Amino acid sequence: MKFIRVLLPLAGVGMLLFGVMRQEHLIVLTKAINICLECVGIG
Amino acid sequence: MVKLRGWVQLFSAVVWNPMLGNFISGHIYRGKLKQICIPALNCYSCPGAIGSCPLGSLQTVLADPFYNFSFYVIGYLLVFGSILGRWICGWVCPFGMIQEWLHRVPFPKMLLPRWMGGVKYGILAVFVLYLPMAGAKSLGLGEPAFCKYICPAGTLEAGLPLLGLVPGLRSALGSLFALKLFILLLVVVVSFMIFRPFCRVLCPLGAIYGLFNPVSWYRYQCAREACTGCGSCAAVCKMGVNPAIRPNSPECIRCGDCLRSCPQGALSSKYGINSTTEAAAAE
Repeated sequence: MKFIRVLLPLAGVGMLLFGVMRQEHLIVLTKAINICLECVGIG
Repeated sequence: MVKLRGWVQLFSAVVWNPMLGNFISGHIYRGKLKQICIPALNCYSCPGAIGSCPLGSLQTVLADPFYNFSFYVIGYLLVFGSILGRWICGWVCPFGMIQEWLHRVPFPKMLLPRWMGGVKYGILAVFVLYLPMAGAKSLGLGEPAFCKYICPAGTLEAGLPLLGLVPGLRSALGSLFALKLFILLLVVVVSFMIFRPFCRVLCPLGAIYGLFNPVSWYRYQCAREACTGCGSCAAVCKMGVNPAIRPNSPECIRCGDCLRSCPQGALSSKYGINSTTEAAAAE
């Protein structure tokens, strides 16, 4: 269990950084800085 | 502790939504901080929001045929979940806080059937994961299905303020908004009777964090030798958990009511990577 508790956040940081390398954060940014019509209820 | 949690909830709601002037101007924040996911369910189209909703972000990346998987957002969820679990739901989620306020209204209270807690896992699988990915594969571009068809937080935090402030959006309203408004009103009305109905039945983010509860750094433990089985902890738990039996149930939002209710002091919280037995052995 101790191993899992160390592994999970480390894996999370690794995945997060890999996602940044794939420029996923730019997709998130593009979506988030424009009004999300789905969220508002327009579709 | 109850008061402390209330203040932390309020403080975090302001931290996630500091752009209060946008509630008057009808704009949303468009800066680079929006690329960062906050831990809780808080719509990124809320005029006050400064960060991104992890659920909306996850669906957006999954719906993109170029990516079809999100290391970035799942990485956030792994970090937040493995360290704090559903403490996030109980302490820093604005939509959870609003439901708790509604539940304080004097109204006949009801119990939620336990099986309904499983619905949120189906919503996570279908609306958050499958539909965005399937849309990306079959149509070339998926859609954030949970945000579009269900999310009452988006309707409350983004839909109602923006529709009130931006006349151009009102002209585009249709049956979809009626559906989302119905779900929001249903959550509001049921919140009078049942504690946090959205969190317990519908919230995919709570479903994800709940899976981390048994392994997260912050967790509860029950000293078996001290527990008399009086049931006082289960009686005070508004989430329908029996902490003496399952102190780290996926439904537990770490509100702390059970810790205070135990006459024997058998329940406690701990933070760290050592399990109970490992800690006892070390002592």
